[in-house]
Amino acid sequence: MKLETHGVTKRYGAHAALDGASFATGDEARVIALLGPSGGGKSTLLRVLGSLLVPDDGHVSLDARVLPHDEEGALKERRGNGFVFQGYNLFPHLTALQNIALPLREVHGMAETQATQRALELLHRLGLAGHEHKRPSQLSGGQQQRAAIARALAPKPRLLLLDEPTSALDPVMTGEVLDVIRELAEAGQSIILATHEISFARKVADWVVFLAAGKVEESSAAGEFFTRPKTELAQQYLEGLSKYR
Amino acid sequence: MLGLFALAAACFYGVFSAVEYPWNWSGVWKYRQQFLNGWLTTMALSLVAMIVSVASGFLLMLGRRARWLPVRMGCGSVVEVVRGSPLLVQLLIGHYIIAQAMHIDHPLFTGIVLLGCFEGAYLAEIFRGAVESISASQLEAARAVGFSKAQTYRFVIIPQALRRALPGTTGQLVSLIKDSSLLSVIGIEELVQKVKIMNAANFAPLEGYLPLALAYLVVTLPLSHLARRLEGRFAYET
Repeated sequence: MKLETHGVTKRYGAHAALDGASFATGDEARVIALLGPSGGGKSTLLRVLGSLLVPDDGHVSLDARVLPHDEEGALKERRGNGFVFQGYNLFPHLTALQNIALPLREVHGMAETQATQRALELLHRLGLAGHEHKRPSQLSGGQQQRAAIARALAPKPRLLLLDEPTSALDPVMTGEVLDVIRELAEAGQSIILATHEISFARKVADWVVFLAAGKVEESSAAGEFFTRPKTELAQQYLEGLSKYR
Repeated sequence: MLGLFALAAACFYGVFSAVEYPWNWSGVWKYRQQFLNGWLTTMALSLVAMIVSVASGFLLMLGRRARWLPVRMGCGSVVEVVRGSPLLVQLLIGHYIIAQAMHIDHPLFTGIVLLGCFEGAYLAEIFRGAVESISASQLEAARAVGFSKAQTYRFVIIPQALRRALPGTTGQLVSLIKDSSLLSVIGIEELVQKVKIMNAANFAPLEGYLPLALAYLVVTLPLSHLARRLEGRFAYET
């Protein structure tokens, strides 16, 4: 896919989380990593790219198609995407199975039996066999995040968007979740990933967008970004993060 | 529970003996059929008023969260005025002025609507508190899986808010049953009115009120118990 933004701005009161962010990926980008310091606008940009938020100014285009800004158009767009959040955000009153099957039935119009079957298939694939009927509070963080990934993948999204999916997990669980994401990337899923795990980003990403203070500082092919970052800010960021890993 | 009840009964008996109250139970027994009729009226009208109160409470809650400012302000004012003024005044003005002006002459109908709306105003705030306690991340998750606004209410907000609203709602419904006694002022012969008539006829100032309290407790205690069991059923950790 080719993903472009032009002057995307998103304000919260007086604070601009995104302040005229513009970039364009190559034509064949498939796994895009959003990197940069905390508070730089990664999460907001990820939401705008997935139509979960509509920008106050500017626009996003995906393969030369401009994403709609009206509520109905954005909803339609969102329904084609899958989201995974830092805090998992599963529905606490539903079991793992119901968390996945309910949107399939109600949003994507799937019949009950097919929705259940699809949910079971994904839970098994992500190593959650035996946990189908547990509520989120009965699952570990890593299991909850894998269930959340299963929920996002269930309707076969065009684009899977992950917002710091491992930031709330311990190293072992982080490994579990990263393994899943890597498998998906290798299986050909289009992914946008906001993360601080740069060694992981180096392994799976083919394009990197580097953000700081609401602006895109750098946008380049992953190989190039990790070997020859153009801006000093990106250099410092990479050095700082690789110091202890 | 039973021990407590026995203790309370003993205390009660002691207090009444201390003031040498002259008991006269024969008159009460003579009016048992009237008493039963009053109880049935109270229960039937309370049940209908509960349905009215939950429905009006839900609508007022939605109105207070509406996007359109006039709707929000209108519903907010209704809630504040209804909660802030005595039910007695609302019943008198509602029945003798507003209902008359609209040519409605069914005190039972007017009474049920007014009582339902009165408790509905309280329920609206209980519901609103519960709905607004659902975290922003849950609402974002609902948007992310593609739920529309109506679907978000149906599948995410209401099931979670229900559990949080349950204790407050039960209390309010118990209040509703007791508040229904005020409907006697617009000429409805519910339980309290029957007891007043009975006491007056027997020259017995208090006898009727003890079975009256029991007649309310017989319903309100099981209602509270049922609510606690429901809370248990909805319980899950967040």
